[in-house]
Amino acid sequence: MTARRRRWVNVVMAALTALAALGTILPLLFIFGFLVYQGASAINLDFFTRLPKPVGEPGGGMANAIAGSLILIALASALGLPLGILGGVYLAESRERRLPWLIRFVADVLNGVPSIVIGIFAYTVVVLSMRRFSALAGGVALAVIMLPIVLRTTEEMMRLVPASLREAALALGLPEWKVIVRVVLPTARAGIITGVMVAIARVAGETAPLLFTAFGNRFWHQRLDQPIAALPLQIFAYAISPFDDWHRQAWAGALVLITLVFLVSLAARIATRGRYSAVR
Amino acid sequence: MADGIRVKDLNAWFGDVHVLHGIGLAIAPKAVTAIIGPSGCGKSTFIRCLNRMHEVVPGARVSGTVLVEGEDLYAPGVDPVEVRRKIGMVFQKANPFPTMSVFDNVAAGLRLAGVRNRAVLNDAVERALTHAALWDEVKDRLDRPGSSLSGGQQQRLCIARALAVGPEVLLMDEPCSALDPIATAKIEELILELRKDLTIVIVTHNMQQAARVSEATGFFLLGELVEFGVTRALFTNPRDTRTEDYITGRFG
Repeated sequence: MTARRRRWVNVVMAALTALAALGTILPLLFIFGFLVYQGASAINLDFFTRLPKPVGEPGGGMANAIAGSLILIALASALGLPLGILGGVYLAESRERRLPWLIRFVADVLNGVPSIVIGIFAYTVVVLSMRRFSALAGGVALAVIMLPIVLRTTEEMMRLVPASLREAALALGLPEWKVIVRVVLPTARAGIITGVMVAIARVAGETAPLLFTAFGNRFWHQRLDQPIAALPLQIFAYAISPFDDWHRQAWAGALVLITLVFLVSLAARIATRGRYSAVR
Repeated sequence: MADGIRVKDLNAWFGDVHVLHGIGLAIAPKAVTAIIGPSGCGKSTFIRCLNRMHEVVPGARVSGTVLVEGEDLYAPGVDPVEVRRKIGMVFQKANPFPTMSVFDNVAAGLRLAGVRNRAVLNDAVERALTHAALWDEVKDRLDRPGSSLSGGQQQRLCIARALAVGPEVLLMDEPCSALDPIATAKIEELILELRKDLTIVIVTHNMQQAARVSEATGFFLLGELVEFGVTRALFTNPRDTRTEDYITGRFG
C-alpha cells in the first residue's frame, strides 16, 4: 500500500468516525430543539408556580408535577441508592462465587424487565396492601428500576480500581473494611456517581410504572401515602387531551423534565467532584 | 529485633499449584537481604509470605513458620492486620493513592489507624518524607496529588508511606524495576541509609543491585531456595552450579 493511499484512507476513516460520533448526539439535539420550538411559548412563571387549571380553562401550570417528580426521585433514591451501592460493594468484594453470580444474573434480568411490569409489581405489593395509590408506591417502583443499574455500576467501578491500591492499603496494616471505605470507594467515586446519575435520569422520565402507583394528582401533594403528581404523568395526560393549550403545556413539561435531568446531573457532578479522582 | 526473621519449612500454594517448597533461612536484623532468581521462581511470593500478603489472593495458602522476634506470624490467633503494621511493604510499581495528596498519602496509614492529632501527623509526615529522602523535593507541594510526582518520587513517596507507620521490617518487591538509573541510584542510597534502623528484604532482578546493597543474598529457582549466604561469597564463589549458571548469565 502506498503512503499516498494510506493517508487518503486515514482521512476518509477519520471523517467517517467523526460523522458517526456526531450522528449519535444528533437525535438529542433535534429533540431538544423541537421541545424548545414547541414548548417554549408555554413556559412562564405560572408554569412553575401554579396548579393546573380545570378542564377547558386556559393558563395554569405544572408546579405540583414538578415538585411531585422531585419528591418521587428523592424517595426512589433514598430507597434504591443505599441498597444498590452496598450490594455493589458486596458483589465487587465478596470471595464467594455462587451467590454473587446469581445476584448479578438476576440483576441483569431485572434491568431488562419492562418498566410497566415493575409498575404492576409495586401495584400488587404496595398499592393493594395499602388500599390506595400513593407517592410511596411510585417511589418503590422507581427504586426497583434504579437498583440493578446502581448495583452493577458500583460493582464495575470498584473492580476498575487497580489491585495495587488495595495491596498498598492492606500492606499499611489496614483492615479490609477500611481499605474498601477509605481507598477503594473514594477512588471509584466518580464512576459510581455517574451510575447514580444514569439511574436518576432513567427514572425521572419513567411514566408507565407510575400510572397505577403514584397515579397522578391535580393538586399539591399532601402525604407520602397519597397519590402524587409527576411530570411524565402530567405530560402523558396533557398530550392525549384534545386541547391545544394542554398540548403546548405538555411540550413545555417535557422541556422542563429534560432540563431538570440535565441540571441534577450537572449539580451532582460539581458538588461531588473530587480533587483528584482516578476512575471516571 | 535481635533475632531478625527466621523462616522454617515455608510452603506456599496458589490453588493446587505448589509455588514455594520448604523454604528455610534466617534474615539478619538491621541489614539488607536480597532475593534473586528468574521470573516465576517464587521470590515475590516468598516476601509476600513475610507479612501475610500472600493469603490476600483468593485460593492462596501458606504452611510453615515465620518467626519475627521469636513470634510465629502464622500462629493461630495472630491478626494479619497487626503483622502488616510492623512489616511494611513497597511494591514493584509505585502505587500512591490517586485520591490523596502527597501529605495524605504519607499520613494514610496513621490516619486510618485512628491518629487525628494534626501536630502528630505533621511531624510523622515530615519525618517519613525526610527519611525517604523526598522532603526537600516535595515540602512545597504537600497538597498536590501524589500522582503528580515523577516515577522515582512516587516510589519514594510509597516508601515514606510505608515508613510513616513505624515498621520494623521493610519488604521491597522489585522497587526499582520501573525506574531509570538515576532514580534507582537514589532508592539504593536510601536503602543503605534505612538499614541502620530497619531490617530490609529486597527482591530484585538486578544482580548488580543485589551486590551493591545487600549483606546476604538468597537465590531462588522453581520455588526452591538454591543457595543462601553472604552476598559477596554468593556472587564470587557460589557453591551450587545452578547459582553459578544464573549469576554468570548462562540461563534464566
